[in-house]
Amino acid sequence: MRRAAVPVGVLIVLALVPKFTVDVPWVFNDSLNAPGTLQLLALCLVFGGLAMSYDLLFGYTGLMSFGHALYFAVGVYLIAISLTKWHWSFAEGVAFAALVGIVLPLILGVVSLRVTGIAFAMVTLAFAQAGSILAYKNLYGWTGGEEGLGTDYTKLPAAFVGILNTKNLYWLALAYAAVVFVVVRWAVSSSPGHVWQAIRDNELRVQVLGLRPYGYKLLSFVLASFLATLGGIVYVLLIGGATTDVTTATFTLTLLIMVVIGGSGTRWGAFLGGVLYTWANQRLGDASSSHIVSSLPSFLRTPLEQPTFVLGVLFILVVFFLPGGLARTGRLRKALS
Amino acid sequence: MTTFVLLTVTGLGLGALYFLIASGLSLIYGLMGVLNFAHGAFLTVGAYGMWFTESKLGGVPIWPRFLIGAVAGIAVGTLFAALVEIVLIRPLYRRHIEQVLVTVGLGLATTALIVAIWGNDARPVPSPAWLGETTTFLGAHIPNDRFLLIVAAILVLAGLETFLQRTRYGLIIRAGVENRAMVTALGIDVRKAFTLVFAIGGAAAALAGVLGNVYFTTVDPNVGTSLLIFAFIVVVIGGLGSLRGTAIAAVVVGLVQQYANYYASSGLGDLSVVLLLALVLLARPRGLSGSFA
Repeated sequence: MRRAAVPVGVLIVLALVPKFTVDVPWVFNDSLNAPGTLQLLALCLVFGGLAMSYDLLFGYTGLMSFGHALYFAVGVYLIAISLTKWHWSFAEGVAFAALVGIVLPLILGVVSLRVTGIAFAMVTLAFAQAGSILAYKNLYGWTGGEEGLGTDYTKLPAAFVGILNTKNLYWLALAYAAVVFVVVRWAVSSSPGHVWQAIRDNELRVQVLGLRPYGYKLLSFVLASFLATLGGIVYVLLIGGATTDVTTATFTLTLLIMVVIGGSGTRWGAFLGGVLYTWANQRLGDASSSHIVSSLPSFLRTPLEQPTFVLGVLFILVVFFLPGGLARTGRLRKALS
Repeated sequence: MTTFVLLTVTGLGLGALYFLIASGLSLIYGLMGVLNFAHGAFLTVGAYGMWFTESKLGGVPIWPRFLIGAVAGIAVGTLFAALVEIVLIRPLYRRHIEQVLVTVGLGLATTALIVAIWGNDARPVPSPAWLGETTTFLGAHIPNDRFLLIVAAILVLAGLETFLQRTRYGLIIRAGVENRAMVTALGIDVRKAFTLVFAIGGAAAALAGVLGNVYFTTVDPNVGTSLLIFAFIVVVIGGLGSLRGTAIAAVVVGLVQQYANYYASSGLGDLSVVLLLALVLLARPRGLSGSFA
């Protein structure tokens, strides 16, 4: 029971956030339960959950996929398309997206797991790129091309529509993050989960022990991709539409950065990384228009106006000086003393 | 027939561009085991170096302006690549995952920095009018810049082959690709070769940036990233670490893309390249040349 105490405590505190009318200067623009703040927090939670799903692949199974964005985009785009273009009901859309979220990674996983290491990274990147091209090309006018596609809000459950209901979306995002957390924890401590970590540490040894890594890796790939698709469904409800940003290779690389900054293969690392990255990305964008930054000389101001630049540099610094990410700093200190 | 000739020459031109990026990627991977995600940034830096130099030479006639811009672009790209190796890659020696991660961060940060300085919009890059004119070849009117791309790639391929086969440093690099530990054991400092390979790869990528400026007539911050993905596909199809495999794969990918775009449907070219990659990996998991483990 004690092992569950901390996560349950965090969950309760997070669930109560929409009840507090407190200002948190610097951290948020508005009071804690203002719709704008809740929207940002919900976004942080979705990316926290998504980063955990990526960590299942990268941190626990040792599979460096560069195509995780594809499965997130499947959730985002299929909901938007099925509701807006095909006029399906919300339940039908979710069921369809979830089905594709299992079948597609199964098919693509069978192909791409035939190769390992860097070649695997490249194949997953190529498949994700194919998805991205489809979204940009706007076949049959379904995806809306570069302009993206809004969801038909009349088809959505009433509880998730409108600014006043942002708190419901926040709770939905929290539920998603909690589900991913529980599933990932349960999966990595299950029997296949132990094989995943053994594959990550030494795939040859697993083979010598008489196990076939292929099936285990496929299981990890499908599970992580499915969790990403669920995240895409929550994201499209939160944002209200689909854009090509979520299909790009850069988006997957961002996930990789979140996981590494937070600490890959650790219980909290990826989640923290996802939350902090999303928050920092948003707040750095806001900060660049503040008068503190605009009073700086231009050679300092110009780079600071680009959150991606700041976060990219921060990421390089973490790789150099904080191996194992934020989550391992405590452990590292323990090991040194 | 004339359409076919035009498509073929354009496909070869595109393949030439892919080869220039992929050759550096392939060499760096072969020698150091690092998949360089910052390689697109080398290209973008080279392309912007050329655009920036040209924009400062307003009154100069177009040919010298173009040539000075091209040389400056390649020089900046080469210098940038060498600096990246010395400052960021070398301290992480033997930690391949970390090296890849650093190049990922560097690629994103460089693109973002260029957006911060010069904005997201495409900038026109002036080049001599002759390159935009056409030459009649087997009945087809072919823009001259295609020939420039192809000739440049052939020269680079020949130059790299000569360098690798005939010089002492080429020998060290070839030996290093084969067995790095043994080269080190024989008392040769492989790390100098690392910097050299990065500089060569950076120069080729920056040349691709210069030629991309000619081919696309504009430059934007994402040019490197979008070309890099196709270069990755070329490198994997060709077999990582093999220069000739890379050259063949670049030609195949460029041609397939052009033919599919015209004969099937516009936009299908990019998808057919991805399909090609999947087929090659299913049939030969080690790529065409089969030289990597």
